[in-house]
Amino acid sequence: MIIYLIAGIALIISYLIDKKKTINALKLTYHKLKKILPSFIIMLIFVSIAFYFVSADTITKYLGNGSQIYGMFLAFFFGSISIMPGFIAFPLAGVLLENGASYIVIAAFTTTLMMVGVVTFPVEKEYLGTKVSLIRNTIGLLIALTVSIIIGVFY
Amino acid sequence: MLKKIIISVYFLFIITSLLIGYQPGLEVGLNLVDFAKNMLKILPPAFILIGLFEVWVKKETIEKHLGENSSFMGFVWAIILAGTTVGGIYVAIPISYSLYKKGARYSVIFTYLGASAICRVPMTIFEATFLGIKFSLIRLLTSIPLVILSSILLEKFLIKIDYKMGQKD
Repeated sequence: MIIYLIAGIALIISYLIDKKKTINALKLTYHKLKKILPSFIIMLIFVSIAFYFVSADTITKYLGNGSQIYGMFLAFFFGSISIMPGFIAFPLAGVLLENGASYIVIAAFTTTLMMVGVVTFPVEKEYLGTKVSLIRNTIGLLIALTVSIIIGVFY
Repeated sequence: MLKKIIISVYFLFIITSLLIGYQPGLEVGLNLVDFAKNMLKILPPAFILIGLFEVWVKKETIEKHLGENSSFMGFVWAIILAGTTVGGIYVAIPISYSLYKKGARYSVIFTYLGASAICRVPMTIFEATFLGIKFSLIRLLTSIPLVILSSILLEKFLIKIDYKMGQKD
């Protein structure tokens, strides 16, 4: 909610300094939101379906134990197709650790969760184009792989 | 067109599920409401700030600090900006587009995008709490240099193919 406060204060200050510019800014806001709204709705639809199939319980069930290499690739998969805020993801990662998952698997899951977005692809594509979005997500996957290996070296 | 079909079919499915009490459909619908609420908490004010950014911040300022001739500090600024970005990629992507229009270079833009995924401050605090500071440090020290490096390489490629951000391919 703090961001509403920040945006509100910024708007008021902006309005006091220059009324016209502020109205232009609000027009920009409106046009940008309107343009991207369909892609956002598509993204929400993907998210709602992905979350049904891949709930926190599912992830715990599959990543809790098992071989490291197999677990790592499974974690890449779950991390890439899910989207969840940090306050859900990291407690979940904590539970996974307690259930016997290795740090490699945790790193693979959390890093792909942050860097690879299958369900956010419709929004990303709208701004970056399909090709560059694909490249960017592939790079994210490679970075996640590197992070997992380095974590494996240290733990 | 495809978007309209997906949206129509989806809502038809949710409404039918509501009428006949189909449990999986209801759960998917509840997920949608949940995530939509979360996004409403962030999207409108984030886009207001983006609008204000576009009218107030001069192109020359962004060009100087984040553009073609910016120093390594451009990357540092990108990472600091990313650390304080709220929400997820759905906020970072529109911001990166505004940066592009103001004249930021691709390597800085993609560093910002990558860093906004991995360096957000509140998220990292959460991570360190549950997985330990050592884990967070190793992750950040490995991924940040890789994000910068890959962004520099990506920029070279994008210039070669004459890429323009915001154009459909």
